[in-house]
Amino acid sequence: MSVSTAVFYLIALLTIVSAGMVAFSRNIIYSAFSLLGTFMGVAGLYIFLGADFVAAVQLLIYVGGILVLILFAVMLTHRITDVAITNRAAGRVPALIVIGVLVYFLINTVKSTPWIKAKEVVHAATTAKIGDAFLYDYLLPFELASLVLLAAMIGAVVLSRKEIKE
Amino acid sequence: MSPNELSSYLTIGAILFALGLFTVLTRRNAISVLMGVELILNSANINYVAFSHFSSGNSAGQIYAIFVIMLAAAEAAVGLAIVLAIFKLFHTIDVEAAETMKD
Repeated sequence: MSVSTAVFYLIALLTIVSAGMVAFSRNIIYSAFSLLGTFMGVAGLYIFLGADFVAAVQLLIYVGGILVLILFAVMLTHRITDVAITNRAAGRVPALIVIGVLVYFLINTVKSTPWIKAKEVVHAATTAKIGDAFLYDYLLPFELASLVLLAAMIGAVVLSRKEIKE
Repeated sequence: MSPNELSSYLTIGAILFALGLFTVLTRRNAISVLMGVELILNSANINYVAFSHFSSGNSAGQIYAIFVIMLAAAEAAVGLAIVLAIFKLFHTIDVEAAETMKD
């Protein structure tokens, strides 16, 4: 087993174990911090897939942005002292049956489908290609994305401001 | 399972999706439900990038992954603002407490 295969197993294990912690932990702070492991593991998988720019974006936005937002929301909505009882879960057994069946069928499908193979798998820097694609082929979605972000920003401000009664 | 096979990435994506779905189904805490949604979005992104690498050979899948990450950021900002508004109104973020449309 080569070093890269061992690292791949470690990253896959990190991703799935932390995702399991998010799903099963009783303490919401543990859940929020386990999300960090999942996001880092997924970034590592992107590097294995030769997507360096996506990995960097994943680290910047998920770890630097969304995770901090989630931690802020946890801190703002709970008294930290009674955090142990705040991560309630219900209906675990039926949900376990549902996802067990789902995983069985998904993995069966993955194993039995003859996926199309690319002619050659290349590892090259992707940033320049992605930049070109955003400014030529995907220009309209790119501009719409900026509109969506503006709307989300205004929406978040409107939802969380204090109402001043006259 | 090896780093040079498409199916190992798809398997990891499937497991991540199932765990995210489990989180969304069982949690009663609105922030935990949002965490489950993030897990599901991540699993979809793994599939996009894996197919882009192994099947198509061009970077379209990576571009869709970046769009999904961008929309996840917008969703998290608005979703958590809604959670904070619910907390101000009901003093809890249990999703069962906020089931009325109007007070």
